[in-house]
Amino acid sequence: MGLLSDPNRRRALISLLTRLNAPICVVCYMAGVAWFMGLAFEPFTLRTYMSENAMGSTMVEERFPAGERALGTGREFSAHKKKAGGMPVDWLVKTMQSRGLEVFTQRFSRRLPFPDEDKERYMVKGTNVYGILRAPRAPRTEALVLSAPCSPGDDNNQAVGVLLGLAQYFRNQVFWAKDIIFLVNEHDLIGMQAWLEGYHHTNTTGMDWSPLQGRGGSIQAALSLELSSDVVTSLDLVLEGLNGQLPNLDLANLFYAFCQKIGVLCTTQGKLQRNDWDSVSGYSHAVQTMMLMVMKQASGRPWGDHGLFLRYHIEAATIKGINSFRQYKTDATTIGRLLEGMYRKLNNLLERLHQSYFFYLMPSLSHFVSIGYYMPAFGLLALILLLRVSFQPRLLTTYLLTDGVPGVLSVLTPLVISHLTGVALYTLPIHFQEIAVEHFPVSETEAVVLTAIAVYTAGLALPHNTHRLLTGRGTENGWKVLKLVAVLYLAVLLGCTALINFSLGFILALTLVPVAAFVTPDVPKALSAFIMVILSPACTLLFSVFLFQELQEMPVSFLDGWMLYLSVISQGILDHALYGSLVYPLVALLVYPCWLLFWNILFWK
Amino acid sequence: IIFYIFSTLYFQLSFSPLVPQENAGQFFSSGHTNNWAVLVCTSRFWFNYRHVANTLSVYRSVKRLGIPDSHIVLMLADDMACNHRNPKPATVFSHKNMELNVYGDDVEVDYRGYEVTVENFLRVLTGRLPPSTPRSKRLLSDDRSNILIYLTGHGGNGFLKFQDSEEISNVELADAFEQMWQKRRYNELLFIIDTCQGASMYERFYSPNLMALASSQVGEDSLSHQPDLAIGVHLMDRYTFYLLEFLEDIHPSSKANMNDLFKVCPKSQCVSTPGHRTDLFLRDPGSALITDFFGSVRKVEITMETINLTEPIQQRQKETYSYVDQLPVSEIIHQKPKQKDWHPPDGFILGLWTLILLVFFKTYGMKHLKHIF
Repeated sequence: MGLLSDPNRRRALISLLTRLNAPICVVCYMAGVAWFMGLAFEPFTLRTYMSENAMGSTMVEERFPAGERALGTGREFSAHKKKAGGMPVDWLVKTMQSRGLEVFTQRFSRRLPFPDEDKERYMVKGTNVYGILRAPRAPRTEALVLSAPCSPGDDNNQAVGVLLGLAQYFRNQVFWAKDIIFLVNEHDLIGMQAWLEGYHHTNTTGMDWSPLQGRGGSIQAALSLELSSDVVTSLDLVLEGLNGQLPNLDLANLFYAFCQKIGVLCTTQGKLQRNDWDSVSGYSHAVQTMMLMVMKQASGRPWGDHGLFLRYHIEAATIKGINSFRQYKTDATTIGRLLEGMYRKLNNLLERLHQSYFFYLMPSLSHFVSIGYYMPAFGLLALILLLRVSFQPRLLTTYLLTDGVPGVLSVLTPLVISHLTGVALYTLPIHFQEIAVEHFPVSETEAVVLTAIAVYTAGLALPHNTHRLLTGRGTENGWKVLKLVAVLYLAVLLGCTALINFSLGFILALTLVPVAAFVTPDVPKALSAFIMVILSPACTLLFSVFLFQELQEMPVSFLDGWMLYLSVISQGILDHALYGSLVYPLVALLVYPCWLLFWNILFWK
Repeated sequence: IIFYIFSTLYFQLSFSPLVPQENAGQFFSSGHTNNWAVLVCTSRFWFNYRHVANTLSVYRSVKRLGIPDSHIVLMLADDMACNHRNPKPATVFSHKNMELNVYGDDVEVDYRGYEVTVENFLRVLTGRLPPSTPRSKRLLSDDRSNILIYLTGHGGNGFLKFQDSEEISNVELADAFEQMWQKRRYNELLFIIDTCQGASMYERFYSPNLMALASSQVGEDSLSHQPDLAIGVHLMDRYTFYLLEFLEDIHPSSKANMNDLFKVCPKSQCVSTPGHRTDLFLRDPGSALITDFFGSVRKVEITMETINLTEPIQQRQKETYSYVDQLPVSEIIHQKPKQKDWHPPDGFILGLWTLILLVFFKTYGMKHLKHIF
């Protein structure tokens, strides 16, 4: 006799769920995907607006005059860079000092776990040079950072030139309330990581760096500039940072406001905004922009030098100058004015940026979707897992009573072995690279990646071997308990991932939830094995690589795509070792074992 | 005819010795002998530059028209002139292109920074200050003082925000003025407020001899006037800007009266609708001069003759109020009855009944409904 509910109704509800479980799951899945696709539809998005009061409606006339001189400085920098064969430290120190900054350098060195073939480096040694413009009248409690990378070859010379030009202009003004740090970092992200660790006195990645001699206050905001041409046609804003973290939306709003004021063409994800949202092509353009952001966020790597600031709760973004075939060109003076305006507004900040959203997706630079709007898409997918769980009432207790210890063992064993395989996938590639290089004619990077793929594929053979280990049968109902455990495990895992990095959680959910929902030992083995492999994390990554190239309008052939895929894996492992990116450990130690559990269920008999 | 002319001349001449004596009666007709000003800016932070500029502009006008620093209590909640973000340190401009600097080395700020609080403001008004308070921080007015009170900052319906952390309500302000009346701390008081929904602040006044002006009505926002592109902030609010323009034309002997003040900043210039309240003011506003409040005008009449003041000066008939017989409060508080919005019944009771009903129907099922109906 139920006290608060009618047992008849309860039973009716449960029987309804049980009968229609599969259709409801399918409907939920479709609804989740449709919701996600609908996020890019413009009437469902909100226009961006400035939330911070201190950065509000004040307007300043920007007066930066020295664009041409900045480009000249950039050319000087380029010449000295060629002569020094790297970072021209002495010239930079002298130039910054002549502009009235307090200049300091930092040396750092790092041995990568294996050579990085994309950037061709293994033993990295470098120097960061930074100059601090002290606020004339303010106490040295807060700082802003403007950084430009010192890249090999001809890249980013103009960025350093504009940085030095702005430094000279800013030095002549009296209204700075925060110190401004002008940073030129070598070896892009590695140098930036060394500088940030030195600034904040942390050492999370085991790098060697000399301590910083000079320091500003606590950094409120940072901008990184990448400019490789004398004139640009558009400015691109890069927001995605380490582990999919995004800066406060107010920084993007600030950039957009200044783009509109100065009249520069501004893009995000390299795609120009379109006005025809009600046409199919306009909508698909918005979907493409949003999908690019989702994929970049899911990869968990910092897509600009700014990406490492976010971990320290410093709002940062990268501004890239793009020179494409357009008639209207913007010169360096205008870019300098845009940066001047942005820094004057950041100067007015009284507290860190916190009024606007930290979790959002941007289908275009002027529209955004906040977490409250996009999370239900993931929620619908997670609901499928919960429906599947509720399908099996009172399973655990009956199972334990009937089958006893051997039954528990037959469930625990796949769990343990799957996780051990995950640990192997995490540790073996790097540790065994020497052995692999001895025995096979491959380079270290290839060795690492191929070892990873080998371990991954070896895991596929596990169920066969596991069963040989266990004496006797896998019990009849053992797989049900294992499935219960696995589904709950997947639900918790995906939920936590989606909270931290929604894109990663959603993409994993898209492929893993159907697997989790429908796998049983009774489905046709060959077909479902094939589908499971297609939906496994590794193949999801492969498809994502191809999709990413498509979205960027640079489609690749299969062979090129495969090489790109291998380099993506190696970059993922390197990101984890160098900057502490969590995607590789997450996939290797948690997602892959979870998938292996379902693989085990499939081959239970 | 000549005789007629002579007789009129004789009569005129005979009047002249009497005229100063009659003028002497008129001489003391306005009722106040000294002027005070309390000028308050309640907001801090760089983007509220315009509130400090507002207050300093009124300070400048008031000083120019004669009120000395010893009779001005100036409260500024933040220091804009020396703010790190000010591109022209030690200046506060009220006109764009830096035409008019209202700061300078003769600006005496009595309450600065965090000293500008609701408590300090009310203590200044009512005079309840600790004995150690210096004279410059006190409002030492008496029953013949005309006081000008100017408030600016961020406000809302019925309140004014002080320093981002506290508020003063219109009821508190009305009570403070009543305390001032009962302690005979003012003769007449002019209250000007330049905030959003400023008219709500004078709705609750009930003491006599108060006149109030506000920059906007309830439900309207007071807007700022003009940004300066070099400094990067709005320099003044519209109402005070036009008030300053109006006051720049006033000189100590000007005969402009309050009706001219009410016309400052019409809706076409201010976008909001300025309001005023004169029902508590006993004189006709047209007979109250601007300089009665904004300036410290000493009345001087030069005469070459000796005047025999043998009779007591006939003052203008003023009803004397006994303590209890002041204007009856019930007559003064004739606020419009506020439309009481219908509110749904108390949430708790509603929730409780809903819960009871739900439990009942869940337990016994819907089929029992037919037993009830």
